[in-house]
Amino acid sequence: MADTSVELRDLVKYHGATLAVDHLSLEVRAGEFFSILGPSGAGKTTTLRLVGGFERPDRGEILVEGRSMQNVPPNLRPVNLVFQTYALFPHMTVFNNVAFGLEMRRIRRAELRSRVSAALDMVKLSDKHSRLPSQLSGGEQQRVALARALVNRPAVVLLDEPLGALDQQLRQEMQLELKAIQKQVGITFICVTHHQEEALTMSDRVAVMNHGRVLQVGSPQEVYESPTSEVVARFIGLSNHLSGRIVTVGGTTCRITSPDIPTTQPLLVRRPPGPMEANRVMLLLRPERLHVSQDAQAGRFDNAVSARIEKVTYTGSEMQYLLRLSDSVLWRARLPNSGARQERFRVGEAVFLCWNADDGVILTE
Amino acid sequence: MGIFFFIPLLIVLAVSFASRGTDGGVEWTFSLTNYAHLADPLYFRIYGRSIALALATTALCLLLGFPLAYSIARAPIRWQGIWLLLVMIPFWTNFLVRTYAWMFILRTEGLMNTLLINLGVMTQPIELLYSDWAILIGLVYGYLPFMVLPLYAATERLDLSVVEAAWDLYATGWSVFWRVILPLTKPGVIAGCILVFIPSLGAFITPDLLGGAKTMMVGNLIQHEYLVMRDWPLGSAISFSLMALVLLAVMAYFKTDGRLDRLERGV
Repeated sequence: MADTSVELRDLVKYHGATLAVDHLSLEVRAGEFFSILGPSGAGKTTTLRLVGGFERPDRGEILVEGRSMQNVPPNLRPVNLVFQTYALFPHMTVFNNVAFGLEMRRIRRAELRSRVSAALDMVKLSDKHSRLPSQLSGGEQQRVALARALVNRPAVVLLDEPLGALDQQLRQEMQLELKAIQKQVGITFICVTHHQEEALTMSDRVAVMNHGRVLQVGSPQEVYESPTSEVVARFIGLSNHLSGRIVTVGGTTCRITSPDIPTTQPLLVRRPPGPMEANRVMLLLRPERLHVSQDAQAGRFDNAVSARIEKVTYTGSEMQYLLRLSDSVLWRARLPNSGARQERFRVGEAVFLCWNADDGVILTE
Repeated sequence: MGIFFFIPLLIVLAVSFASRGTDGGVEWTFSLTNYAHLADPLYFRIYGRSIALALATTALCLLLGFPLAYSIARAPIRWQGIWLLLVMIPFWTNFLVRTYAWMFILRTEGLMNTLLINLGVMTQPIELLYSDWAILIGLVYGYLPFMVLPLYAATERLDLSVVEAAWDLYATGWSVFWRVILPLTKPGVIAGCILVFIPSLGAFITPDLLGGAKTMMVGNLIQHEYLVMRDWPLGSAISFSLMALVLLAVMAYFKTDGRLDRLERGV
């Protein structure tokens, strides 16, 4: 298992009486950018702290590069943590902050200097090496924290909500930069975040976590487009959903009807792999996969249902519509603002919502 | 506040330049003889012993107070109040009474000796009372809270994740302390040391009772000049010099410290 960097085996951790991590098993491959995504209180940070060695698991085992981390204190683990609050040493300069780990491992002065300089170059802070952390902006402090971890060339860098304290624009820039740096150094990154866009943008693979358990692990595309549970679908991006029953099953598709909406004909959806036993299902549709139109556009889309526009929101880059399909069903649609070509709709207008069989996912209940 | 502090001080300063009257009163003739008296070799032993005892007291208080303050600051919130209360409870009793209690503990046939003999640690009682050790114990006991309170304030503000970061970056427990915890709690350490060192240097009840009046500290000397010799001008001169010395030392410390801070930052 040379390409496994971190392996978590059946980890259990209680905080008092609450179960923070519940029989969690994960394998992180060497050199990948792995994210643990979940709402706050899902046990993400606890998992990270267990890998860092700041907390001990009540059960289970952690292996880093095949070596058990049982009873290994943080200062002897080949793992460095980038803290959510950065935790820079306020009394040391940027240079001394970054040099700290090397100094503690008694790296020779000449090598230390060149490694610290290289790390500061990488995060574009060479000119600020003699500043104190309090003299830096939030984004710069974040870079120092990253450099302070990378300079040690650990097997794994752990990042706890690395971009959580930054503003929206800086956050998007740093997402790409973090990813680029990770590719450049080739060190395994394990990043904890509650921000789905962040996880999808940066990661090679994502684990979606809730209530101390891992719900799904996969590439960003897999977890976004083929969620295996409703919780995952809801957490990763907004989803429209509709419960229904399967009426006919074909080779690659099936048809469902729902008592909640008045449809003219059963809806065509892609069939999930495997045998179809249950006939009660949940249809999930991403808001950006829906088309809003004045006519049903027969032939161009597999499905069309009638709806009434309840709310229109203009966000600049897109138009967001809230649409009522029936008394109990309210869906969202997001259409890119493509300029004059685009039809605009008003509140109260009767429209059709159209989509293809491949746009939806069904989950058996 | 300023009035209460400065007016007595100015009186002491004025008296220190006067001379002793024949019946022990103050005669307002200007002289520097009181200050010349300070250089008397007889007094040097007293100064030396006072400084040594005050330094030892400060060091011991720091050694005991730091772990205590740190554990209080890291205890669950509801326990912190209780621990701090326990640290301060002795203040509710008169200092003189508490010092007498220590005499009872340290006496040859006192609590400490009885306990140690009964435990089989030794067979003969040791002479604890009326020694420099007794003074040291009394001073540490008396001034420990002055060390613990500022240290608690400093360690309580310490960001635990910074300590964890040092640990994460390969620092051993010892390095975490020297490189991170101590520098970040330095203001508390300095405040605690000043609050312990200054009153220990001028202490007179403790050395009088526990030292058996045979060993003098500067505080006893001042008391002696004022109350026994009735030489107020000399007593004032000693007090004033002592205070000036402490003040200068503290100022010099802050000055070099500020310079070192800038040096470290490379400014």
